[in-house]
Amino acid sequence: MSTITEKDVEYIANLAQLTLDDSLKARLVGELGNILDYIDKLNELDTDGVEPMMHVQPLTNVFRDDEIAPSLPRERVMEAAPKHDGEYILVPQILEGD
Amino acid sequence: MSEPIHLKSAHSLRDAIRAKEISAREAAEAYLDHIDAVDGDVRAYTDVWREPALARADAIDSQLAKGEDAGPLAGVPIGLKDLICTTEGTTACCSELLKGFRSPYDATVAEKLYAAGTVVLGKLNMDEFAMGSSTENSSVVTTRNPWNLDCVPGGSSGGSAAAVSAHECAISLGSDTGGSIRQPAACCGCVGMKPTYGRVSRYGLVAFASSLDQIGPFSRDVEDCALTLNTICGHDRRDSTSANLEVPDFTTSLTGDVKGVRVGLPKEYFTDALGVEIRAKIDSAVKVLESCGAEVVEVSLPHTEYAVATYYIICTAEASANLARFDGVRYGNRAPDTQSPEEMYKKTKSAGFGAEVQRRILLGTYVLSSGYYDAYYLKAQKVRTLIKQDFDAAFEKCDVIVTPTTPTPAFRIGEKSDDPLSMYLSDIYTISANLGGNPAISLPCGLTESGLPAGLQIIGRPFEEGAVLQSAYAFEQNSGIDLGVPTAIAESVS
Amino acid sequence: MTYEPVIGMEVHVELSTQSKVFCGCSNDFHAPANSNVCPVCLGMPGVLPVLNGRAVEYSVLVGLALNCTISRWSKMDRKNYFYPDLAKNYQISQYDLPLCHDGFIDIEVDGKTKRIGITRAHLEEDTARNSHTVAGRESGVDFNRCGVPLLEIVTEPDIRSADEAYAYLSSLKQILQYLDVSDCNMEEGSIRAEANISIRPTGTEPFGTKTEVKNVASFSGTQKAIEYEIKRQTKILDDGGTVDQVTMGWDADRGVTVTQRSKESAHDYRYFPEPDLTPIVVDEAWETRLRKSMPELPQVRRARFMEEHGLSEYDASILIADKAAADYFEQTVSAGAPGKLAANWIMGDLQALMTEKQGTINALPITPGHLAEMIGLIEDGSISGKIAKDLLPEMYDSEKAPGDLVKEKGLAQISDTSVLEQMGADLIEANPGPAEDFRNGSERAIGFFVGQMMKATKGQANPKLANEIMRKLLQQ
Repeated sequence: MSTITEKDVEYIANLAQLTLDDSLKARLVGELGNILDYIDKLNELDTDGVEPMMHVQPLTNVFRDDEIAPSLPRERVMEAAPKHDGEYILVPQILEGD
Repeated sequence: MSEPIHLKSAHSLRDAIRAKEISAREAAEAYLDHIDAVDGDVRAYTDVWREPALARADAIDSQLAKGEDAGPLAGVPIGLKDLICTTEGTTACCSELLKGFRSPYDATVAEKLYAAGTVVLGKLNMDEFAMGSSTENSSVVTTRNPWNLDCVPGGSSGGSAAAVSAHECAISLGSDTGGSIRQPAACCGCVGMKPTYGRVSRYGLVAFASSLDQIGPFSRDVEDCALTLNTICGHDRRDSTSANLEVPDFTTSLTGDVKGVRVGLPKEYFTDALGVEIRAKIDSAVKVLESCGAEVVEVSLPHTEYAVATYYIICTAEASANLARFDGVRYGNRAPDTQSPEEMYKKTKSAGFGAEVQRRILLGTYVLSSGYYDAYYLKAQKVRTLIKQDFDAAFEKCDVIVTPTTPTPAFRIGEKSDDPLSMYLSDIYTISANLGGNPAISLPCGLTESGLPAGLQIIGRPFEEGAVLQSAYAFEQNSGIDLGVPTAIAESVS
Repeated sequence: MTYEPVIGMEVHVELSTQSKVFCGCSNDFHAPANSNVCPVCLGMPGVLPVLNGRAVEYSVLVGLALNCTISRWSKMDRKNYFYPDLAKNYQISQYDLPLCHDGFIDIEVDGKTKRIGITRAHLEEDTARNSHTVAGRESGVDFNRCGVPLLEIVTEPDIRSADEAYAYLSSLKQILQYLDVSDCNMEEGSIRAEANISIRPTGTEPFGTKTEVKNVASFSGTQKAIEYEIKRQTKILDDGGTVDQVTMGWDADRGVTVTQRSKESAHDYRYFPEPDLTPIVVDEAWETRLRKSMPELPQVRRARFMEEHGLSEYDASILIADKAAADYFEQTVSAGAPGKLAANWIMGDLQALMTEKQGTINALPITPGHLAEMIGLIEDGSISGKIAKDLLPEMYDSEKAPGDLVKEKGLAQISDTSVLEQMGADLIEANPGPAEDFRNGSERAIGFFVGQMMKATKGQANPKLANEIMRKLLQQ
């Protein structure tokens, strides 16, 4: 039985950079708890010695050649950015150690 | 009076355009007019590209007038799910965060469809970032089922399914991570196929869960499905997981014959969870295949009951990373007036993402977080191995596996929106094929008493789309099932 | 109490591929801001990374040069954290299966060889660059660097002093230059070092609390920062205090380390295998092919310079330290110059000239062929060593061959006996006093006459010949 606490929800919300108000937090504790209880079903299975699957296809060593391809025109980059000065994409000031 | 243009299948429309019986412009206009007539009810489109579509149709017509080959789908009007990147129009994934986003590049599938001569009519509704089974999680609108406007069209590619079913485009593309093509196809009574993982390039498909996502077509018959696959499949150097295999002409599999084909029925799918009405439809479908010469065998997929749990760990973990980039820095809608990067992220994401997206990001963050990785993520990847092994073993005994697509027909709008877990369980029959990477199709196998479509799912071995299409086509041609025009829009069609 | 420093280094090296690690954008960081970016490195919706094969090869080459085991099977992982310089808000890196692991590098400090263990070297992508001063309240982000291939090289905590750390960094840089996999430009940030420093009472085993020093702009700065940190930690412990686990920067102006970030708020990077990239398999054949393609490494070259060209260990060490200088030396020797002389000229006058002109050996106007020709002119007596010293700047400025310059300027040594004999006779006649002194046994007087002769010929008289002629004339 999983127990996810309000503290856990706060911790993961912070990792995911989401803000949750108190009522949403309380609701998520319940909803995520239910889902995790359901997921705990997997513990019925003995998976010792089973290889975890990384890729469903056995592909390896898919590489590109080291060749330069055209970049985007800078105007197009700036056009997409919510805030810019024509050269740089602007964000609220980054402080050392942020 | 000949058949209205928008009732034609894509292949017959294509033939008529090639024969210059109908111009590409006439086809585009007919569909655009029909969208005007019915989309107020169905709400399949988020963006209709009237002028660009007509310009494109004119270009096809002038190509044809010059005697040039305008492509295998010349002049066929199509629609694209709102998470396939196009330089035309916007690609917003039905999210507030990306509302108005203009992609600087075209997805590989979009390039291929343009090259094949299709005319794109616009973008189609979906659950935000493909997370959901009803399109109720769209930030734009909830699409309604053309068979009953009070019911959901399924999801997440609900707009793509409803648009094809309501004749608002001849074919459409969707994406399928855990059933997001097949489940809405079943709900809306059309054909929807998820090809083998790696068969269609994911470049330009906004990622939900990278190891599960696959683009596929919706159509009104199996032949159109095969034709679309011919166009969109194939190796792409821009997608490292794309298979470098030759793509056969899938229409050659459409023989109408299934003599000697071993059809496997996995006993784990035929339990009490399966509604009696749907079960009866599947039973008769199997009889049709048997009468066409197929040999029916019982197979076992013993880890089926763990598929949903496995899926929700893997897909949310991958999604939590895939969606991290939507932060309002380089594109998208940034929350105004923030003083630090952290405040910018938090306000942008909390305002831009809907509830289900936030829920899945949190779940995915949790299962990857320190101390839980082994118990959840690693465990799920191991169970995924077991689920794939189940398929490998079953396919020793059979050539295709036949199951229902969904346990019940389309549910009513709002019925499951407060219960995420019950919503997740509506994908119970479709998820395994994503975990195994197998190709799978859903096609209509009748209407329930309440007048809603039921879907038959046929799953194949990896890269054996041809075998899936062969059985699907044989069923379609021999079952005598033709759902016709959906009841809720029938009036506007006549 | 005496303490023993325990130091481990993490070095990030930008690999000098043509294109970025996951897309075709150019690696050139001199380009205008945000001009070498595309949907992939900007983390646009729907894009996918495709691994640059050369970045893998460069990484394996470094691993081989550092005596690492190359992983037969490795993979890329996602490292999840939010920062405006990280386009996708995850960095594609390698977590539990790095490309290279368990190697070592031998360094020399005070004439002694010491082995530093290499824990791992893994491939990842570099982040964008932030400029912190746009309009005061905002930062500007330039994504040109985002996606440049980066190799992170981590040592065991085997380093015991600031000098060893410096020697490690210098040796590592030499190897990278020899492999030609990075331009190793510290100022541009293409090689960045971080040191984890702790101290423990001498003779004890357990590690003390470490501090991390990063963002230092030079190797010598890193050396000084480590020295400072060791002293700082020693004082804290001597005063009965405890060292805090912090990240520090180096204030080069004041010569002190400065706390940048207090105790790491335990990062939870949620690593998981990158589903968009396939595993990397370096089989034996590929490893062997790369091993065979490896250029000669610095230590091997030093030994060869000593053996083949008769250089001292000191001279050889200095020459091999800079690959370009060593290459220049070898080219000069193959153009015919004797090794010892070539080495002396390169490390002496040529080096001084480059310092004066602020030039680099890579863009030197004096070709190895010209230097060899000049040494040849000294050797065959055509010019004197003194003339050669004056000739060098002329060669630098004009880029002309020394032989041509000598002709043009009439700098050839006068070795014509009749000319010098006439001049000597005139000098004796004009200076009867010193001539008398010589005849009275003063050897020093001959020096006077040779000096006069050099003066009269503006240094062009062959000094050996001048000496012989004067002696002969005076003895008559």
